[in-house]
Amino acid sequence: MKTNELISMLSSQVDPVDTREVVRNVRIAILVGAAASLLAVVFVLGVRTDLNEMHAQVFLVAKLAFSLSVVILASHYLVKYIRPGGEFRVRFALTVLPFLAVMILAAISLATAPRSHWETMVFGSYWLECLIAIPTVAVVPFAAIMSAVRLAAPTDLVRTGALAGLVAGGVSATAYALHCMDDLLPFIALWYGGTIVLCTVAGAVLGPKLLRW
Amino acid sequence: MTKESDLKALMAASLEGDSNAHRSLLTALSGHLRSYYKNKLARAGRTAEEAEDLVQEALIVIHTQRHTYDPEQPLTPWVYAIARYKLIDHLRRTRSTTADVPLENAEYMLASNDNAAAESQLDLAKLFERLPERMRLSLQYVKLDGLSVTEAADRSGMSPSAVKVNIHRGLKILTALIARETKA
Repeated sequence: MKTNELISMLSSQVDPVDTREVVRNVRIAILVGAAASLLAVVFVLGVRTDLNEMHAQVFLVAKLAFSLSVVILASHYLVKYIRPGGEFRVRFALTVLPFLAVMILAAISLATAPRSHWETMVFGSYWLECLIAIPTVAVVPFAAIMSAVRLAAPTDLVRTGALAGLVAGGVSATAYALHCMDDLLPFIALWYGGTIVLCTVAGAVLGPKLLRW
Repeated sequence: MTKESDLKALMAASLEGDSNAHRSLLTALSGHLRSYYKNKLARAGRTAEEAEDLVQEALIVIHTQRHTYDPEQPLTPWVYAIARYKLIDHLRRTRSTTADVPLENAEYMLASNDNAAAESQLDLAKLFERLPERMRLSLQYVKLDGLSVTEAADRSGMSPSAVKVNIHRGLKILTALIARETKA
């Protein structure tokens, strides 16, 4: 085929297009995923029963501050990465900040506690539940976000997938925080931080398979 | 001579639905893409004949994915990212090393413009045969024979709006067929 024939064909009946649509789709997908995660936590796992107590509220706010800052930072970068060449415009190094902050706080709280308490502070009572629940609850937001990202044409599939996993993990952790009774910072750093990282790695691995165009 | 600012203006108009701007944009970009691909394929130790296939493939992507361009950003890096993605995809598909494709600045892409078009390996006539008859005729009359929509409507016995719809749908199917064909 001659290239000018192709060009003639492509340039007839050119429809106006909305360039903001791809970002809007991703934002909607994040909200849908968040709603699905919330419903799963509220109706399947149940909201923690001690929320009328002051200390529970304080720790809930601390967890939400961590997971929501992950979601906000990661989705900020994600909507830039979904367009071709997005990876050349922005680096997403800032997304490590919430993790760094929670790790530093965890280290401080471990350092100020007696050694004999460390195991409880790190493992809490429900580490296994946390390890399973956050990645599981993240599946729906991840699927929603990836299907919205597919409507764009990202050119760095590994990093775009990783960012999608990071957002999904953060959304899931946010919802899970409503249920989780383990409140100490080392626990949050390891099990919340760790499972969100797990979701990010899964996203990076799945990105090239799911986002190819 | 097509500078970033000119290309960007054409893109802005084409996003609004301006067919002439879209045609000018694709024509200008085809020259840049051709020199980009010839250059890169030569460096990867491949024949320049593959270049025209890639030019067309990239043009189809630029057309079908134009909604992913952010009008607040420069156009060249967007085009370049698509071109590079398709190049790497092509080299991977045809089992060759991708290590030779250097990461470099987008400005280089528009440094030269090669307007000597060749034919790609795609056989348009064969792809046309796979379209339903009404779409094929509508496209044939208007796009290849250069008739107006009204003339095409008279000749085919369809209403002008049916011709338009058929062209529209036919183009969508055809670009999908071409995209699949260039992948195979």
